[in-house]
Amino acid sequence: FSGNSCDATSAPQHYTSLITTLKTNSGIFSVLRNEDLKEMLESSKESLKLEAMKRIVGLIAKGKNASELFPAVVKNVASKNIELKKLVYVYLVRYAEEQQDLALLSISTFQRALKDPNQLIRASALRVLSSIRVPIIVPIMMLAIKEAATDLSPYVRKTSAHAIQKLYSLDPEQKEQLIEVIEKLLKDKSTLVAGSVVMAFEEVCPDRIDLIHKNYRKLCNLLVDVEEWGQVVIISMLTRYARTQFTSPWKENNEKAFYDSEEEKKDQVEAKPYVMDPDHRLLLRNTKPLLQSRNTAVVMSVAQLYWHLAPKHEVSVVTKSLVRLLRSHREVQYIVLQNIATMSIQRKGMFEPYMKSFYVRSTDATHIKTLKLEILTNLANEANISTILREFQTYVKSQDKAFAAATIQAIGRCATNISEVTDTCLNGLVLLLSNRDETVVAESVVVIKKLLQMQPTQHCEIIKHMAKLFDNITVSMARASILWLIGEYCERVPKIAPDVLRKMAKSFTAEEDIVKLQTVNLAAKLYLTNSKQTKLLTQYILNLGKYDQNYDIRDRTRFIRQLIVPNEKSGALSKYARRILLAPKPAPVLESAFKDRDRFQLGTLSHSLNIKATGYLELSDWPAVAPDQSVRNVEVIEPVKEWAPSVGKAKPPKQDDKFYSDSGEDDHEEEEGEEGSESSSSEDSSSSSSDSSSSEGLSFCVCIWVNIPTFGPVKSHELLHHMTGKGLSARYHFPRQPCLYQPNMVAVQVTLTNGSDHSLEEIHIGDRSPASLNLHCFNTIERLEPEASVTVSMGIDFSDSTQAANFQLCTKDDQFSVSIQPAVGELLMPSSMTEQDFCKEQGKLLGMNETSATITLAAENSSSQSLSKQVLSVANVGVVSSSENNIHRFAGRTVSSGALVLVTAESRESSTALLTINTDKSIMASMLLRDLKQALAQA
Amino acid sequence: MIHSLFLVNASGDIFLEKHWKSVVSRSVCDYFFEAQERATEPENVPPVIPTPHHYLISVLRHRIYFVAVIQSEVPPLFVIEFLHRVVDTFQDYFGVCTEAAIKDNVVVVYELLEEMLDNGFPLATESNILKELIKPPTILRTMVNTITGSTNVGEQLPTGQLSVVPWRRTGVKYTNNEAYFDVVEEIDAIIDKSGSTITAEIQGVIDACVKLTGMPDLTLSFMNPRLLDDVSFHPCVRFKRWEAERILSFIPPDGNFRLLSYHVSSQNLVAIPVYVKHNITFREGSSQGRFDLTLGPKQTMGKAVESVLVSSQLPRGVLNTNLNPSQGTYTFDPVTKLLTWDVGKINPQKLPSLKGSMSLQAGASKPDENPTINIQFKIQQMAISGLKVNRLDMYGEKYKPFKGIKYMTKAGFIYINWRLLCSSSEWTLAHKNLY
Repeated sequence: FSGNSCDATSAPQHYTSLITTLKTNSGIFSVLRNEDLKEMLESSKESLKLEAMKRIVGLIAKGKNASELFPAVVKNVASKNIELKKLVYVYLVRYAEEQQDLALLSISTFQRALKDPNQLIRASALRVLSSIRVPIIVPIMMLAIKEAATDLSPYVRKTSAHAIQKLYSLDPEQKEQLIEVIEKLLKDKSTLVAGSVVMAFEEVCPDRIDLIHKNYRKLCNLLVDVEEWGQVVIISMLTRYARTQFTSPWKENNEKAFYDSEEEKKDQVEAKPYVMDPDHRLLLRNTKPLLQSRNTAVVMSVAQLYWHLAPKHEVSVVTKSLVRLLRSHREVQYIVLQNIATMSIQRKGMFEPYMKSFYVRSTDATHIKTLKLEILTNLANEANISTILREFQTYVKSQDKAFAAATIQAIGRCATNISEVTDTCLNGLVLLLSNRDETVVAESVVVIKKLLQMQPTQHCEIIKHMAKLFDNITVSMARASILWLIGEYCERVPKIAPDVLRKMAKSFTAEEDIVKLQTVNLAAKLYLTNSKQTKLLTQYILNLGKYDQNYDIRDRTRFIRQLIVPNEKSGALSKYARRILLAPKPAPVLESAFKDRDRFQLGTLSHSLNIKATGYLELSDWPAVAPDQSVRNVEVIEPVKEWAPSVGKAKPPKQDDKFYSDSGEDDHEEEEGEEGSESSSSEDSSSSSSDSSSSEGLSFCVCIWVNIPTFGPVKSHELLHHMTGKGLSARYHFPRQPCLYQPNMVAVQVTLTNGSDHSLEEIHIGDRSPASLNLHCFNTIERLEPEASVTVSMGIDFSDSTQAANFQLCTKDDQFSVSIQPAVGELLMPSSMTEQDFCKEQGKLLGMNETSATITLAAENSSSQSLSKQVLSVANVGVVSSSENNIHRFAGRTVSSGALVLVTAESRESSTALLTINTDKSIMASMLLRDLKQALAQA
Repeated sequence: MIHSLFLVNASGDIFLEKHWKSVVSRSVCDYFFEAQERATEPENVPPVIPTPHHYLISVLRHRIYFVAVIQSEVPPLFVIEFLHRVVDTFQDYFGVCTEAAIKDNVVVVYELLEEMLDNGFPLATESNILKELIKPPTILRTMVNTITGSTNVGEQLPTGQLSVVPWRRTGVKYTNNEAYFDVVEEIDAIIDKSGSTITAEIQGVIDACVKLTGMPDLTLSFMNPRLLDDVSFHPCVRFKRWEAERILSFIPPDGNFRLLSYHVSSQNLVAIPVYVKHNITFREGSSQGRFDLTLGPKQTMGKAVESVLVSSQLPRGVLNTNLNPSQGTYTFDPVTKLLTWDVGKINPQKLPSLKGSMSLQAGASKPDENPTINIQFKIQQMAISGLKVNRLDMYGEKYKPFKGIKYMTKAGFIYINWRLLCSSSEWTLAHKNLY
């Protein structure tokens, strides 16, 4: 409560009193507090309820249990107040699992909200419904998801993709049905949906790679416009996909030869030259711009895609971007450095030019420093080792001792990897033995031990030096290492070794376990090589060890005694004691901790932890032979083939330009976007018709054909003048959308305006003539206020004739005869086809089906752009992409019978043009020709 | 994806939890606390921690740990980037992102988190959209809401969510149309004892504050775009246009945003605008050390070097300091051994200096390392890389906006590192002398 006290003081009088009582009671009786909250929830005041809910959410946030209030809260689920409703949702999702029976009470509210005209409400209802983890409602959820997957609003469809995953985690039995929905949603062209549905795919059926084939090219092309989080998911899915579908671009065996031998040998070496699948190239090309994303996860996912899929020489394009990420937050640096560490083992060259970016800063966190060190070590080669070693020397002096120790390890690794500097490093490390800091000394000893083991020749100087330092070293690991070294090479330092053993015998009981073990070791080895001097010492130490507190040491002592001291009980083993203890030992390999990380896909959690995480999907090896490529072919619906690699250069600039995608599917979205504002504006007019109009508004959005741009304002025609209509006026226009009601109808939008001073009631359509006229009426408008206007849509079947449709527009009191006379161009629907198809069809419609005329173009219409603009304004036809500049082709079908109408306009010199229309509807052809002539000839 | 989120303060208390799927017990954070205990510094907690059933991915900002609980494989950067976006959003909404601010606004925080993730997958992270869904709390609005009972929650789906420009609100209106661009550059350099530069990099950002009516389409061009070695853009920038013409063309989000971050490569010569003369000595056997530091400007094109701050971590053996700054104030923390000197502005006529003695622990041996010196400063009206904006044009709207561009250079970090003077060959020599 303390956090909210300031709210309480500013709260109005009528409930401050209640809150004060609450405050005094709080903390003493929590039951009472719940009682008070319940009381507030049940009050009739919205503000009081809201206040209560806010407090409850506060409790949930703190992790306190508020499940007792469930019945009181769930009652408010249908509240009108949107904030209250949302808070109830938060509560419901949190506790529904615990209170399943009560949660069921709320379900009907959501079912109703799923049908709401407002897409935000539909989406949030589905979100909450699917978040309620109550197994009983699985069938209801399934139904809701299926319905939402076909919703008009892409936002709702996106929500349904999220709901798929929720339902799957609640009841995996539904998998098959859910896959069907996923399949449907994968076909969705909206950028909003793409990321979410791929996420659902990854969660539910990542193995159903076959669902991706048909959508692969679409996903690649949409990628740049998908929201950033979706991009990450899609890229990682496509990486997996590509590894199963394309052949390896890495020329493994002859890569070296290939590069050495330059161009001329190329042909001889490669018997069967590798040709990259155009789809493979498409993926690489379309992901590259994303390296410039501000989202570090996107950049990383593109980097891993290039690492796993690109030809070796192309991978380096990601370097710069990865290095850029190093200036981001600490946590980002950590992950990126881990990935660079793995990459730098295999490909030093990629990061070598950026070596300085990995220099450690004194403000870096320890784990960042260690990773940078790792990378610097990986990058070290003969050329840069002196620079790196100089850098390392500064690090050794760092105040961060863990880091200094890691640096010494790194020096050791450089020494083993680059033989030129081994001696220098070893000497440098010996120098560090006189360092004041214990950890530095200890680490140096350990590393020196490893280095000496690798080349034990003529290093007795160093061993002697270490023996001298032995008394001053206190870190047990270092002491143990020195003892081991002396023991191992005791024959090289015959004078010193027994003396060290003597000292150890004195201090044995005070040593750490690990030192004791090594002392026993040293004693045993000396006993075998120099028993004359050390026999007694050894026995003394073995006796001490026998009664040690640690059982490991007792155990080892017993073992060693049996092994080295010959007695009657000892078996054949003691004969081999020398060979067992003084066997030449393989040198330890100092290698990167990131050596084996490349078994994981880069950028994954598993890679970061170096453990296989739950749900990690293996990246498969390249197939030896590429699977069928044609599975990715799709029937082209769009007039422009934007994926075909062969047209890569010849692509129209518009497609190339798209960064915000501006092709067909987005127009679709924009239309939908307007729906929100449209319905809100009609709500503002607060007429009783608002409901019907907003639902009409919804249905306008079913425009599937949107890649045909409509130019300029649509021409609207008068249907009824307000003088004749006694105040009611009506105008109509052709929206050029496919009609919803029946496919053979032409869609007409009628705007009704009340110009009178009284409201008009019951506006509807009365008798029609001819009586057979097939007409879809709009719903009766109950009431139209003065000055208000409403737009309704209707469908009319003109049966491909320009004969007017006559009907009566009725109000409660009057009837007005009106007629809609369509222009011939409005009786068409655009049809998309390729140039070849066009010519083929045209060939079938010759002779009496062809009408043509030569016309003189107005000066304004001589350009090809304005020419097609004029044609499109006259007739509702689609543009057919043409390879010739002077010929323009348009294709359409009649709405009612679906007969083809092909228009060709061939512009000739001195601003004349030959217009040809091919169709079997000859009357329509002549009328259309007339209209076109008129439009093109006039300015 | 993201299962749950826990917010943990510096003292290790969970003060907020949020679950997007079924509830994960907060005891999962015990693994995090263990790691926290093991780490010497708060920054040293590893960002990714595995536990038997979950994985914890955390970020530390403003002394608060944001711990996300993950159940299965997910790119860790995805989670980290998202958590940072959450922090940025809180900062945007509440001005600061502190424990107190989050606790005071717990309801708004919850509403935000609810909108930002659905089933653990990011839904709306664009600040322009969130602000339409949930209005940021202001004192005035809180007052009005408590009295009228109206809410902070929007009723309509923000149209941006569906449009091709999801980052911009619709229906933006201003009486004064303004667009400001700040070019801020940071130098990040390591300099060795003798004053020569080991590495120096410039990274810059262009932060914009655009308050323009309607749907303006802006283009911004540079005099010398070749300087930019590597860039990353706000999603609004048309990449193709940049590739082809090196022009930034974009429909801006409303309000503040980062248009561009760029990097000027270390291959280009970077002129460090200040120099440091220093003499820090400890004598063997004496309990005194001498400290002498002088700063001076160089290559600043006549612009003043301001807000200079020098800090240095002195060796552990130093007990106390007795220094005399010619200007500004200095502090020395005897516990952490951190010396900070707030210099202020550098006057080229009278160079600031800090001189005096250090007292060392009696009997302690001479510290074997010299401290690193960090310097921070600001220079107004100058971009050190020489980047210049050529012009800003607006299309799509009729009015004439007010345009402003500001340049600034900051030192991110400049380290004067006391590199060892002996090279690796000297190592060998020294070793030979031992015997």
